[in-house]
Amino acid sequence: MADLLEVRNVSVRFGGVQALSEAALTVRQGDITSLIGPNGAGKTTLLGVVSGAVTPTGGTVRLAGQDLSGLPIHLRAQAGVVRTFQNLEIFSNMTALENVMTGAHMKAGYSMLDSLLHTPRFTREEKRLRELAMEKLEFVGLAERRDALASDLPYGEQRLLELARAMASGPRLLLLDEPAAGMNNKETAGLGTIIRRIRDELHIGVALVEHDMELVMDISDRITVLHFGSVLAEGTPKEIQDNPDVVAAYLGED
Amino acid sequence: MGLFRKNFGLLAFAAALGLAPLALPNDYYINVLILCCFNALIVMGLNLLMGYAGQVSLGHAAFFGLAAYTTAISTATLGLPIPVGMLAGVAVSAAVAWLLAVPTLKLHGNYLAMATLGFGIIVSIVFNEAVGLTGGPSGFVGIPRLKIAGFTFTSDKAYYFLSAAVLWVATLVSRRVIGSRTGRALRAIHVSESAAQAMGIDIARHKRFVFVLSAVYAGVAGTLYAHHLTFVAPSSFGFHFSVQLLTMVVLGGMASIWGAVAGAFFLTSLPEFLRMFEEVDILIYGGLLIACMMFMPSGLAGGAQAIARKLKAGVRRG
Amino acid sequence: MFAGAPQYLISGLTVGATYGLTALGFTMIFNTTGIINFAQGEFVMLGGMLAVVLQKAGAPLPVAIMLAVAVTALVGCLIERGVIRPVGRTAPVNLVIITIGISILLRGAVMLIWGKDTFALPPFSGSAPLAILGAAVQPQSLWVLLITLLLLVALKLFFSRTIHGKAMLACACEQKAAALMGISVDRMAMLSFGLSGFLGAVGGAILTPITLTSYDVGVMLGLKGFAACILGGLGNPFGAAAGGLILGVLESFGAGFVSSAYKDAFAFIVLLALLFVKPTGLFGGPKSDRV
Ligand SMILES: Nc1ncnc2c1ncn2[C@@H]1O[C@H](COP(=O)(O)OP(=O)(O)OP(=O)(O)O)[C@@H](O)[C@H]1O
Ligand SMILES: [Mg+2]
Repeated sequence: MADLLEVRNVSVRFGGVQALSEAALTVRQGDITSLIGPNGAGKTTLLGVVSGAVTPTGGTVRLAGQDLSGLPIHLRAQAGVVRTFQNLEIFSNMTALENVMTGAHMKAGYSMLDSLLHTPRFTREEKRLRELAMEKLEFVGLAERRDALASDLPYGEQRLLELARAMASGPRLLLLDEPAAGMNNKETAGLGTIIRRIRDELHIGVALVEHDMELVMDISDRITVLHFGSVLAEGTPKEIQDNPDVVAAYLGED
Repeated sequence: MGLFRKNFGLLAFAAALGLAPLALPNDYYINVLILCCFNALIVMGLNLLMGYAGQVSLGHAAFFGLAAYTTAISTATLGLPIPVGMLAGVAVSAAVAWLLAVPTLKLHGNYLAMATLGFGIIVSIVFNEAVGLTGGPSGFVGIPRLKIAGFTFTSDKAYYFLSAAVLWVATLVSRRVIGSRTGRALRAIHVSESAAQAMGIDIARHKRFVFVLSAVYAGVAGTLYAHHLTFVAPSSFGFHFSVQLLTMVVLGGMASIWGAVAGAFFLTSLPEFLRMFEEVDILIYGGLLIACMMFMPSGLAGGAQAIARKLKAGVRRG
Repeated sequence: MFAGAPQYLISGLTVGATYGLTALGFTMIFNTTGIINFAQGEFVMLGGMLAVVLQKAGAPLPVAIMLAVAVTALVGCLIERGVIRPVGRTAPVNLVIITIGISILLRGAVMLIWGKDTFALPPFSGSAPLAILGAAVQPQSLWVLLITLLLLVALKLFFSRTIHGKAMLACACEQKAAALMGISVDRMAMLSFGLSGFLGAVGGAILTPITLTSYDVGVMLGLKGFAACILGGLGNPFGAAAGGLILGVLESFGAGFVSSAYKDAFAFIVLLALLFVKPTGLFGGPKSDRV
């Protein structure tokens, strides 16, 4: 059976910068694959290639065997590829609950006419979305903040909100771009638990970009190391920790 | 419980619109009220586009004008029945908006602003130059008064109640659009297109939808305007009016339906009270736009909300 | 039927030079701040109007023009310092509204002070037309082209030799990099507004002897300048200048051979057509938004 995500030989160029050259990434169903590498290594770019935000100059991206190339972002999301953002892209003009309900946009089964006439279907579906969104807020531990304006939440909670929003869209593959950035140790530990539950209870494949090595080594099933846009190493956390190249290029650095 | 409270705003608005004529010192002002309704209608659509979806149109006067001229030409020149002319007017506005949206809305918000600015100017040129069709700069005369199913709206009061009813329905529609998943998608696009797309929202389609919807609002206002005044001239549909509309949205408060109504009623009736307004109005509009954005980005509606919150907090503290 | 062609070419290039300068102004501000300055056309208007007013007040023509240009550049700086900077980072729609507000305010102020009349400026060196390639060319056209060319050369040097110039050439999203290089982003923004004011005003002042000016010429010029930007690929300064020239020529031929009543519509139609087929402009590469 094909892996959930298979990225092969992907190259990306931004003007004069070769952000990715022949990069690869594999995520299996129900696995957490971490993507690590120094700043500017191309991690975000690689997630962008998967989500459709960045068009590669070459290479393939397959989701469960299906070629995604050429599909725009929203159609990839509909196919089950959903991401969070390194620079936090919450909907600051909405409450926490509305944010997550927006995440469930694709799940709403009613038409414009239903919403204009407030048909029973509209009412029923909106109620269902609300419950779904509440469930996701509970999942990340933000249920009590449901009515807070998203921009009023502290940074760590905004990260969790993005996660809940992504969960609400019912992904098969979740791309998390530095979800622990700006979190304190306790919050990071909590996040680790949540990501694990996403894998263990929901069997969603997770691609995790993260600089917090403790978290990465703790929860990853596999790790891919990017260096200057190419894959330096790939393996289990143990293998990566013992890989001399990786230690030289990255882990030893800080 | 909720049903009454949830719709309290709409009920109060209906009552206010219904009672407004009673508060007027004389019948001249009923015409001002009618204009207020027209402008509020356009501004409400523009606010869906700007306030909610975060896309700027600097050419909304053109959609208003296109619909007005289309119904004028359909009814007075071609002799079609008035309802047909009005439908054609709204349809033309919507169709042109759709055509304009296809190339521009794929791109960054700035392109739409510039494209609509250019579009507005071109449409103005056409209104002025296509003399055979539009009557040119001196205007188009002889548009029939509105008559629907045998009833002619001869009195201004009747016309006011019609316009007010249309405005009320438009308010209802706006609220329901905003309260749906489409409304959430629009607000999401305003803040982060990348995140909206990542949630599976087709942003081009949503932007096109709201742009066309806003053109429909302007179109409805345009057809009502044409059959009310029975005369239209290009000067009513120029850049100046687009700027006025923009100012109404901004002053009233972006992303607030009531703000749109307040902004439109306020700025439409202001010249009636400030006679010297005409001469310096352009300065006032420019100044208001800058000042609102600098000091009061959520407009009158935002200010009112802030005051309400403070009062509430005060009451609670007791 | 192409008898008029050289004539149209020259007049197109002349007007196009001003579009190009306007487009350059757009590009400067866009590259440093990410803002599309809807008051760009008003800079051109101010350049022309101020030159007219100063010249009428008795200043010799070169002095009047230099003063007009300096004042407009100052206005540009003041706009950045007084309005744009205090507002800070905000939604693009808000910035559009603010610059629209500024443009209307400038236009309104000029109208109130100097009225709605159309004004002229004397040509720099006589008005006896020269015969070039069978076209009667006004000396002023040559001035316009010469000055534009000189400005382009100067800008080229600025972009390639100075650190501010290099930073300005880079994309707006490289603000972080600029900050790392020790360039104050605020100062760059102010410089870009000042420089845009300068370029716009020069364009306005040198064109006024040919096309006349009034308080409301800014909208159209701004619009065409923007069309030129898109034509050249937004963010690419020399593409913008080239876009201006191309647009001017297209428009001139359109007016000559198709219809002069709809002359102003050409720029817009070109803009829309281009957005349809190649949104990144003739000289622009593919672009991706950064998240
Ligand atoms: N839109 C863009 N335009 C131009 N260059 C870009 C763009 N996006 C990324 N780059 C460049 O591509 C390279 C890879 O960037 P990327 O953001 O993928 O790195 P990263 O591994 O996510 O780094 P970090 O750990 O800092 O988030 C960098 O040199 C960056 O400057
Ligand atoms: Mg990154």
